[in-house]
Amino acid sequence: MTRWLGIPEVASAHGVAIDRFISYVHWLMAILFVGWLIYFVYVVWRFHQRRQPRSAPEGLRSHVSTYAEVAVATVEGLLLVFLAVPIWARAVESFPSEKESTVVQVVAQQFNWNFRYPGPDGQFGRQDMRLVNETNIFGVDPSDPAGQDDVVVLNEMHVPVGKPVIAYISSKDVIHSFKIPSMRLTQDAIPGMRVPVHFTPTREGRFRIYCAQLCGNGHAAMAQGVLVVEKPEAFEQWLGSRSGGSVSYE
Amino acid sequence: MQATSTVLPHLKHAEHSEAPGGFWRTYVFSTDHKVIGIQYGLTALCFLLLGFFLILTMRWQIAHPGEPVPVVGWFLEKVLGSPASKGVMSPDLYNMFGAMHGTIMVFLAIVPLAVGAFGNYLIPLMIGANDMAFPRLNMMSYQLYFLGGVVMLASFLIPGGAAQAGWTSYSPLATVIPTDGQTFWLIGMILLITSSLLGSVNIITTIVQLRAPGMTWMRLPFFVWAQLVASFLLLLAFPPLEAAGILQLMDKVAGTSFFLPTGLAVGGATANISGGGSPLLWQHLFWFLAHPEVYVLILPALGIVAEILSNNIRKPLWGYRTMVYAVLTLGFLSFLVWAHHMYLTGMGTRISTFFQTTTIIISIPSVILLTCLLISLWGGSIRINTPMLFALAFLPMFGIGGLTGLPLGFAASDIQLHDTYYVIGHFHYVVAPGTIFALFAGIYYWFPKLTGRRMNEFWGRVHFWCSLLFMNAVFMPMFAQGFAGMLRRMSDGGLSYSTRVAPGVEGTLSDFILGLNNYILWAAVGLGLAQIPFIVNLFRSIWRGEPVRDDNPWQSTTLEWQTPTPPPHGNFLRPPSVHRWAYAYGPRADGTDYLPQSVPESALSGQATRS
Amino acid sequence: MEIAYTVQPRPDTGVYNAKLGMWLFLASEVMLFGGLFSAYVFLRMGAPPDTWPHGWLSVPLGTLNTLLLAASAVTTLLAWAACKARRFDRFKLHLGLTLILGTIFLGIKGYEYRDKWLHYEVQLKDGRIADGHLVRARTTAETVVLHGRYVADRRELLDGRRKHGPHEELVIPRDQIVRMQNYAPRHNTFMAIYFALTGLHGLHVLGGLVVFAYLWGPGSRLWHVDPEHFTNRVEVAGLFWHFVDLVWIFLFPVLYLT
Ligand code: HEA
Ligand code: HEA
Ligand code: CUA
Ligand SMILES: [Cu+2]
Repeated sequence: MTRWLGIPEVASAHGVAIDRFISYVHWLMAILFVGWLIYFVYVVWRFHQRRQPRSAPEGLRSHVSTYAEVAVATVEGLLLVFLAVPIWARAVESFPSEKESTVVQVVAQQFNWNFRYPGPDGQFGRQDMRLVNETNIFGVDPSDPAGQDDVVVLNEMHVPVGKPVIAYISSKDVIHSFKIPSMRLTQDAIPGMRVPVHFTPTREGRFRIYCAQLCGNGHAAMAQGVLVVEKPEAFEQWLGSRSGGSVSYE
Repeated sequence: MQATSTVLPHLKHAEHSEAPGGFWRTYVFSTDHKVIGIQYGLTALCFLLLGFFLILTMRWQIAHPGEPVPVVGWFLEKVLGSPASKGVMSPDLYNMFGAMHGTIMVFLAIVPLAVGAFGNYLIPLMIGANDMAFPRLNMMSYQLYFLGGVVMLASFLIPGGAAQAGWTSYSPLATVIPTDGQTFWLIGMILLITSSLLGSVNIITTIVQLRAPGMTWMRLPFFVWAQLVASFLLLLAFPPLEAAGILQLMDKVAGTSFFLPTGLAVGGATANISGGGSPLLWQHLFWFLAHPEVYVLILPALGIVAEILSNNIRKPLWGYRTMVYAVLTLGFLSFLVWAHHMYLTGMGTRISTFFQTTTIIISIPSVILLTCLLISLWGGSIRINTPMLFALAFLPMFGIGGLTGLPLGFAASDIQLHDTYYVIGHFHYVVAPGTIFALFAGIYYWFPKLTGRRMNEFWGRVHFWCSLLFMNAVFMPMFAQGFAGMLRRMSDGGLSYSTRVAPGVEGTLSDFILGLNNYILWAAVGLGLAQIPFIVNLFRSIWRGEPVRDDNPWQSTTLEWQTPTPPPHGNFLRPPSVHRWAYAYGPRADGTDYLPQSVPESALSGQATRS
Repeated sequence: MEIAYTVQPRPDTGVYNAKLGMWLFLASEVMLFGGLFSAYVFLRMGAPPDTWPHGWLSVPLGTLNTLLLAASAVTTLLAWAACKARRFDRFKLHLGLTLILGTIFLGIKGYEYRDKWLHYEVQLKDGRIADGHLVRARTTAETVVLHGRYVADRRELLDGRRKHGPHEELVIPRDQIVRMQNYAPRHNTFMAIYFALTGLHGLHVLGGLVVFAYLWGPGSRLWHVDPEHFTNRVEVAGLFWHFVDLVWIFLFPVLYLT
């Protein structure tokens, strides 16, 4: 059904469950709506003044409506308990271990995305919110050697396919929102907070990153972000080509 | 059947019995709830039109980004200056219009129309009171509302223009935009909030204290219940936003950091602030208001629909009591769901589960209310006229809006749909073809009470069918756009994300999805044109409409029809008393099919023998 | 045209209109201050460890103000009781006392505000921080004179409850100053919420005093026309006043004592 609804083709592991959920909910909605609509049209036709000159004040005597209401409530409850909550729990909690994942820091700014990789040593330099300023948007402590080889790129985020990705989402100025429709991923990028998200891309490709929160007059144009999912070798090569010195992004 | 069938001569009678005091005291600084209601109504309709005008120009920009706005472009440039230079809408202007469309529609058009106009005019009449409990406070509420509107309008004209951070005004964006628009917005909001507070105190006190003898709680028309609950929501939900507004105002003008975190770096410079605040605090305070607020938009509409339906099916509402309990539950629960607008700010499972659960629970009373209305139709003798058409159309339209709230209410699906046009489609189905249709229904229905004349039926139906068609044509495609990932608040209508701009990238917007924008534009133009018959009809009918022959042209049971037409200052010729509930419809031995609330049983037996 | 139940209570609800109106209004006020209190809690919980100040406000002055408001609550009640007993002279006396107590409260509050306004934190080029009250008379275009002390780290300023060294006259050349800021709302979130809460409360006190002054002065003419109506007005204004007192009872411990 999701294809029929026109949702972009899914490219992440947890996205499959979300798609299934969206289609269940829409089935429920469609059934309710069509059912009610048929009833509605029939009633308006059947009880039009012309066919029913005098009303029957006692109205409907059966308990169909009560059953219908209880059924709606039950289905909603089942969806909630057995699907919505577990899917959410898996999507936002149950993180994979950092060792087995590609770890990226994402910092939004008006109107670009900055990404930071730990570099060859696999470790991010020490960070402190108090060091954040207009040039040091990640708040990196310059005295920490682990930070020397960190890789910073603008707007292009590379990850290897099939391996979990952990991204720490934050912002330097106003609220943005990190959204990749193909990955079924959205997380607001809020200044002063660093929120981790995770997903596992399941196929290669280039995917559009959206900024989903009004962030100023360039909000619509904050569209340069791309997520590149590629073979692990290609990813390593890409990362290597970036190492050694931070890329200037201003 | 009514012994006191006061017909048109009362039009003149009313003019003579007007309280002395000349034009200003009678029409401008009046304390009569009916005059104030009409003042609210006209002002709110003007704002409705303005809100529509804003969105129409925005829809042009969405469909044709960067092209000068036709017809009104020169005017925009003249009035607003550089943000509209050459008649082209800049992103700044788009954001201003977007923020002000939301603000105007919610706070200056729909709420004042639904609560200020309908509530003010009808509540005292329906409960058999001669005015509101605090007439002078009532006048002040209107004046504060008017002033708030003036401040909002003035903000367009100051250098830099109006607020640009959406109607939600999220900090830090709202705070760091260097223009004064947001300051005006906040001052305007504080005025509007104060106005709503005074208004709701007045409405609740009136309903509790001034019910006519015999008007017990369970005899109140459902409309009054809906207004009572809506007023409670206004009373209790608005103050936190007022608090938030004060804090944001301090951030804006006194340099505090309530909503600004440490380490904020805006526009290439580290902000010179103390930091330590939280952007999420604003969102909590805002949505704590704004969710109950959306029920303020819908409950009076439901009340109007319930009255008109029961009148035109000639039988009682099915499950009146259930509806009353449902609406009370709804009001209570609406304070517990606010964070469903914030699922994607980084919420853990436990909190999100709480808010998902409350959100799903709150959909149950809505389903019950709608079901009761639908079931009421069964066995009726349905009379089709313009008000009834609008009231009937409300049901499936609200149904679509409400049902599309469900996938937003489940956090798992909201991940995908959040901030897309799906959300825009969801809530416009509830407020536009939903609430606006109910308000139209109410205007057509109570117009004869205000003027002694009916609005033209033919043009009413033209208005209805065209509005129904175009409303759906505008909002239905938005669901498709939302699924495709098109985001709201895009000043270029999603062009930057189009497949054309970025070939070979997945998750971009196809030409088909972007093409819908153009189609929506023309549907919106059509929607605007469809209002012309209404506006002409409305004003023409005041003087030229077909006069009603009876004070109670719809054969209704409720008290407002048991007054002269239009009701004089003080409303009732004799203090009314109430003898039964509001829905005594149905065939009767004497050949009629309704029994007004104010007719005593004693008078009844006499009449029965006569017939 | 008469509105029903403006003076007499409605039998089945037991209240007259204005009283119900005031209760409703106070319900909304609870939400207003509730919103601000939750903002306070939110900010305080969210503050990184050891950044929330303690003991920056004068507990003796706060206690005195608490007592003043408590006393004024009693005099308000007595004024209303005097009305009920149809003792106009005693009403005047008690309401007059309320007015005086409320005005002293505002005066003290104003003194506290002024104290904060003159209190500066000055960051020096050598890394030290001077903290103290501005000595206006001796501050010139070249030098700033504070009555206070030097500290090495901002964090030493956070706990005002601890005893610290003697205060002395600090003469600071202006060219040594990196940043100079008084304890205004923008100083930090504590000062911000302190001014927001007490400022709004102060406005309520002021509003209450204006109403009382009206009832004490020109408004009391109604007494001679319709004493019962007048008594109702005193009662309703008194309800408001009690609410304002109650808010202070929450404000005092939250801001001064923790
Ligand atoms: C009047 C206004 C109104 C109403 C009534 C509702 C009702 C509901 N809303 Fe909506 N909502 C808004 C106005 C409204 N909303 C607005 C303005 C926004 C956006 C704000 C912004 O971000 O700018 C929003 C956003 C919004 C969100 C946030 C989305 C996001 O930003 O990601 C969510 C999420 O939970 C939500 C959920 C719901 C739910 C579950 C209901 C439920 O109460 C609905 C229950 C109703 C039903 C389930 C219908 C039952 C139908 C039938 C029984 C039968 C149909 C009948 C026939 C066919 C004849 N709404
Ligand atoms: C009650 C609320 C309400 C109402 C009624 C409407 C009505 C409409 N809204 Fe809007 N809308 C919002 C509340 C509302 N809206 C909000 C809160 C937002 C979010 C803002 C934000 O992002 O911050 C929004 C955003 C919004 C957007 C998204 C913009 C964006 O994200 O960039 C769009 C896009 O098409 C839109 C369209 C419309 C349309 C076509 C109507 C139409 O239905 C309008 C129909 C009205 C008319 C056709 C006018 C009729 C006039 C009369 C009858 C006048 C008679 C006059 C006299 C007698 C004097 N609205
Ligand atoms: Cu960044 Cu929108
Ligand atoms: Cu909501």
